[in-house]
Amino acid sequence: MRENKPKVTFKKRKSFLSSDRMMPIFLSLFAGLSVITTVGIVMILITESYDFFKVVPLFDFLTGTQWTPLFAGDQQSFGILPLIVGTFLITAIAITVALPLGLGSAIYLSEYAPQKVRQIVKPILEILAGIPTIVYGFFALTFVTPLIKTLIPETDLFNALSAGIVVGIMIIPMISSLSEDAMMAVPRSLRDAGYALGSTKLEVAMKIVVPASLSGIVSSFVLGISRAVGETMIVSLAAGALPNMSFNPLESVQTLTAYIVSVSSGDTTYGSIPYLTIYSVGITLFVITLVMNIIAGIISRKFREEYQ
Amino acid sequence: MNGSTSVSNTSINNNEKTDKQQLKHMMKRKRKNKFFHAVFFISTLFGIAALLLLLGQILIQGLGWLNWDFFNNYSSRKPENSGIKAAMVGTLWMIGITAPLTFIIGVATALFLEEYAKDTWISRVIQTNISNLAGVPSIVYGLLGLTLFVRMLHLGPSILAGALTMTLLVLPIIIVASQEAIRAVPVSQRHASYALGANRWQTIVKVVLPSSFAGILTGSILSLSRAIGETAPLIVIGAVAFIARLPDGLLSKFTAMPIQIYTWSSQPQEEFHHVAGAGIIVLLFMLLAMNALAIFLRNKYQRK
Repeated sequence: MRENKPKVTFKKRKSFLSSDRMMPIFLSLFAGLSVITTVGIVMILITESYDFFKVVPLFDFLTGTQWTPLFAGDQQSFGILPLIVGTFLITAIAITVALPLGLGSAIYLSEYAPQKVRQIVKPILEILAGIPTIVYGFFALTFVTPLIKTLIPETDLFNALSAGIVVGIMIIPMISSLSEDAMMAVPRSLRDAGYALGSTKLEVAMKIVVPASLSGIVSSFVLGISRAVGETMIVSLAAGALPNMSFNPLESVQTLTAYIVSVSSGDTTYGSIPYLTIYSVGITLFVITLVMNIIAGIISRKFREEYQ
Repeated sequence: MNGSTSVSNTSINNNEKTDKQQLKHMMKRKRKNKFFHAVFFISTLFGIAALLLLLGQILIQGLGWLNWDFFNNYSSRKPENSGIKAAMVGTLWMIGITAPLTFIIGVATALFLEEYAKDTWISRVIQTNISNLAGVPSIVYGLLGLTLFVRMLHLGPSILAGALTMTLLVLPIIIVASQEAIRAVPVSQRHASYALGANRWQTIVKVVLPSSFAGILTGSILSLSRAIGETAPLIVIGAVAFIARLPDGLLSKFTAMPIQIYTWSSQPQEEFHHVAGAGIIVLLFMLLAMNALAIFLRNKYQRK
């Protein structure tokens, strides 16, 4: 009887070219591409702006208050501060709009809204987040700017206020959904404890939920700021192209991103110093947004309260 | 309680008074709650109102200008002769190249991270790198595309250069979406497959991918809709707005819908804003169709 038992052998395929051996290597090549992209971005920004900084000293670049790289001769000046001021003016206006509204709607969606309302509102916010920025730019130029001009007639056609408000509207969904995610992660039991003590919803929201999810909320703010700094099309269309050191929101300003767009759509000679400015501006932009994103990551990781 | 100053009152009187005060205090807290309920609700409405205003404004500006000629004309110096034909075809070409590239690279990366390199230092490096890449402003990808594809590889401001730039730009989105879809496949299914004698790759092809297909597909469609709407990188690599013929190959110059809309919007004449509005309607309709497709596919392939 025993001899009749079929002989089963487990044989491992030894071929070196078997798909099981080759696929991880193959896949890792694709995975490496994202690392190469980062290296590529950093290398290109550094090497191209190195040529620029050979001519323009870094100190003058960072502290100069005149940005006129496309002018001729003596008029030419490479101080990036006007672009930085323009960028942060727009960002400040955007955050003033987006921060309270984003946080307010996050609290509403996570603490107050009935399930049915959530199911309607969340997809709408997702649609808002999916609209291309060029469309927001059109909206700023053809709707918000005329509106501001009827309220305050001395407003310039291109102004920081209109662009800033619309950038703010653009980042509301982001702040709202990231903050709401953080609030939803606060365990039900903490809220129940608050209600058991007789708290109102507002007290639970402001004294329990918001403090408990503060790291997520703050990191959503920082990410929102970083998005506003990197936003290009809205500011290109609505804020104009005047790099003046102005803090007046009713005047035209130029941001880092809008400058790159204006040089790219013009006819600057390839390899010239004005051409190389887009890389020096680009690396400034890259460093600012990278630092913000890293800060946001640190805040959400290091300061997170862990609940079970 | 603490606020009661009258010393001569009896204890009963005192209690009544504190009760009243407490009641008053409670009503105040309730009113405050109601007030802020309204405040939070209004800030939520603001986003919805903004969306409605935005769509309304675009329809008012553009709908009257949307006709058959608009789809059949090239861009023109005269607003009434302007059309979106070259831009639409340019966008379709670009997406046609970007779609397979992002899908293959994105899914391959996600598979490597989730199935082979999980919790290794390699996966942590790539993961950190991807989340940082997702935060890089799109215009910086434009600088990368301009230097690498347009100049170094001598592709010129071509469809191929644009599509490759877009591929790099949307990769982080599709990678993260695919990773989530792959992670959602229960470990028990993989174990069942291993128990039947399948090796890792067979398990991936026969079990993991079919099971996560809906999620991956949704992610790739969403990442492509991001690519369709991106303007800044294409401007930086030098895609031109005024072009009066259709692209005839990977290396021909091209224009795309967002670039065309940008150029029309930045014209000083009021009429061009209407043309831009019409262009935006077409663009948004395209995005809507893609999102509807994503939802349809998700519902169709979602495992019960």
